Amino acid sequence: MTIAFPEPRAEVLAKRDRVIAALQAIVPGEGVITEENERRAFETDALTSYRRVPMVVVLPETTEQVAAIMAFCHAEGVPVVARGAGTSLCGGSIPQEDAVVLGVAKMNRVLDTNFADRTMRVQAGITNLAISGEVAHAGFFYAPDPSSQLACTIAGNVAMNSGGAHCLKYGVTANNILGLTLVTVEGEVVEIGGAALDSPGYDLIGLFVGSEGQLGVVTEVTVRILRSAEGARPVLFGFNEIAAAGRTVADIIGAGIIPVAIEYMDREAIHICEAFAKAGYPLDVEAMLIIEVEGSDAEMDATLARIVEIARRHGVSVIKESKSAMETAAIWKGRKSAFGATGRVADYICMDGTIPTGRLPEVLEGIDRIVKGYGLRVANVFHAGDGNLHPLVMFNVNDPAEQVKAEHAGEDILRLCVEVGGCLTGEHGVGIEKRDLMREQFTEVDLLQQTRIKTALDPKWILNPAKVFPLDAPRDAA
Amino acid sequence: MTVHMPGSADELTRIIADARAARTPLSVAGGKTRAGLGRPVQAAAEISTRNLNGITLYEPAELVIAAKAGTPLREVIRTLEARGQRLPFEPMDHRRLYGTTGEPTVGGVAAGNVSGPARINLGAARDAMIGLKFVNGRGEDIKSGGRVMKNVTGLDLVKALAGSHGTLAVFHEVCFKVLPKPEAERTLVLTELDDIRAIEALSAALGSPFEPTGAAHLPAEGMSQARTLIRIEGVPSSLDYRAGQLARLLKTYGALDALAGAEAATLWADIRDAASFAGVPNPVWRVSVAPSKGAAVGAALKARGARVFYDWGGGLVWAMLGAGDDPQSAFVHAEAARHGGYATLIRASEPARLAADVFAPPAAPLMAIQRRMKSSFDPDGILNPGRMYAGL
Repeated sequence: MTIAFPEPRAEVLAKRDRVIAALQAIVPGEGVITEENERRAFETDALTSYRRVPMVVVLPETTEQVAAIMAFCHAEGVPVVARGAGTSLCGGSIPQEDAVVLGVAKMNRVLDTNFADRTMRVQAGITNLAISGEVAHAGFFYAPDPSSQLACTIAGNVAMNSGGAHCLKYGVTANNILGLTLVTVEGEVVEIGGAALDSPGYDLIGLFVGSEGQLGVVTEVTVRILRSAEGARPVLFGFNEIAAAGRTVADIIGAGIIPVAIEYMDREAIHICEAFAKAGYPLDVEAMLIIEVEGSDAEMDATLARIVEIARRHGVSVIKESKSAMETAAIWKGRKSAFGATGRVADYICMDGTIPTGRLPEVLEGIDRIVKGYGLRVANVFHAGDGNLHPLVMFNVNDPAEQVKAEHAGEDILRLCVEVGGCLTGEHGVGIEKRDLMREQFTEVDLLQQTRIKTALDPKWILNPAKVFPLDAPRDAA
Repeated sequence: MTVHMPGSADELTRIIADARAARTPLSVAGGKTRAGLGRPVQAAAEISTRNLNGITLYEPAELVIAAKAGTPLREVIRTLEARGQRLPFEPMDHRRLYGTTGEPTVGGVAAGNVSGPARINLGAARDAMIGLKFVNGRGEDIKSGGRVMKNVTGLDLVKALAGSHGTLAVFHEVCFKVLPKPEAERTLVLTELDDIRAIEALSAALGSPFEPTGAAHLPAEGMSQARTLIRIEGVPSSLDYRAGQLARLLKTYGALDALAGAEAATLWADIRDAASFAGVPNPVWRVSVAPSKGAAVGAALKARGARVFYDWGGGLVWAMLGAGDDPQSAFVHAEAARHGGYATLIRASEPARLAADVFAPPAAPLMAIQRRMKSSFDPDGILNPGRMYAGL
């Protein structure tokens, strides 16, 4: 437990009754949660080793209510932690004792679907998968597909600029959002963008997507929807040598082929996921790639033939093509449940660094060395096409010393990622987890420019406090 | 006028710090081929990125290229082409429309978020920009993003700065995500459709699984008949298949002809650069709008005597007004806004651009956020003052 939380401020805690009364006046009925046993449901997210029970939870149903809540909390200087489904892996939605949790989960309706313009307007609390579900009947989908897509909300996706397995071709959240309704910290409602590709002035969508709840609260989103490919087929490639898998990826991309997904799993991850999902993964290999291609049957055959030829050049030992929709589903179930399946065999922390793909072999060796140095085990799964690594460092949660070791191992891995030209987080966000590592990647002036924007849009720093920026990050006076 | 030509990031930092200390406004320039874009800047001195030159990183297998801001775009494109790759966003070349000479630069493309027809499928410049090094109006050398294509570490200043027209910072290095060039391209052509039917056809194509990377409509003018264009790309066998499927899908709109090779490439370059509006001084507008509203915007502008064509599946309306210096700014912005879109005045005389709203005026709360952003980067307003909005 190495991450510090700020002490709750007594002057805020002292206002609790008044805050509750004000919130109840804004959100009538059961939208304000005050009992401790019910507030406890909001004490953490997917970074479960850290938790703080919030002062009060409010679940508004309209943008106007969100605006009134923000205006009140800003005037009173009460911290606000906006929350979607609470699936953040980096502690992005962990509250603190003197904060109001503003959950958007009740705002989960589809407002408009326009197939001609290929857009959908949704409330921010809708789940990622529900967006695709709404348009699947017409053969459309919403592209970013984080592994938590069954539960996670578009609000959280916007906050974290979420990716997924298929962003090699389709991009991340920032590339798939056209409009936002944003409530500022002062409670002003701002419409940014809309159904057009351009919006006037500075690219505020680009700024707000990925801002981790630091700059405002998003209540509605216009997303781009895309027509699904005619077919999609994943193929498993097993290698006896890790470096051969890396070279295969480089040569595929070098040959001008952009598969819709290239996923990598090492031996440990393969065994853990196969035991859980029975996906038919090869168990006697050191590394496996799941490569998915899209198109008509003939197009997929042609692309796969080229990929197979490249893999053969690098001594692939197993090739297994999905022969049915059921097999395809099982292959993806295995990969997408990698985190959950690992959780069945051990506690783990999931890292999210990105590296230049050319440095893959040395980084994998480095990860192995770091983790062994702490006497721990690691399972590696990652998005190989874009170099986004998810080493799962395993530990025993009942052994506090081992947990600290795992956290240190994770930090060392992220330092390595930055050292080779990569970054701390590719798609999960900084949250509290990587907050104190920001100086590995950024200089003081780099950080200062970021905190100046934070101060400009949240002068009292009440939005999602103690996240993203180191607690002692440089900042100007408001 | 003093022209500063820093040869390094350090020099650039010093020049801006000095200008800030002296409260000297600076205009920011690359190759000056797009000098006509935006409101005229009144500044005592100019910063040119011309001597910040050269490709700093190219890893074809990682789909990434980085170059200093003053690097000619041509050099980046040529380097990528040698390895069968391209910038995905097909940046417009403004030289024809403005009659300018010189070399468009990497920094200019980034500062203007300059994109072309492929944006409809492959994204804009801002979507391909993954790393940026810049000096803000305080004279601080800052980086955001990097050289990897997935990066959510901290606030995304790369996107916040893309399209900021030199008003927040001077870029000195830009890193782009790139894509392989397709093996082949083909342009499918429908003829004699009116604007509404044409955009319906483009929407059907863009809503198909066949991934058009270009979708434009050129209405009938004079002797030439209306042409509706759908560009597809891939390996030749795949193109045959996709063309066949699209012909079936669009059969109620007429028969599909096909163009390829130099003829098609020229046609798309002309659309990208609005070449049909070149050579005369008339005001030119771009209106970005939902495709289903494109024809209505086009009709309103035509009723005022404008010539019009459509890109981005109808979501980008290009319009050239009749002769005369008046860009009819209030009318065009109102028409765009009425249909939920945004207009930008792309070509007009300096006095006209000084008097008119070149960019769509944002609503008051949105403008307030823009002002706060501006002052966080450039508190004394020394960088390209007034380029986007008066007083910003």
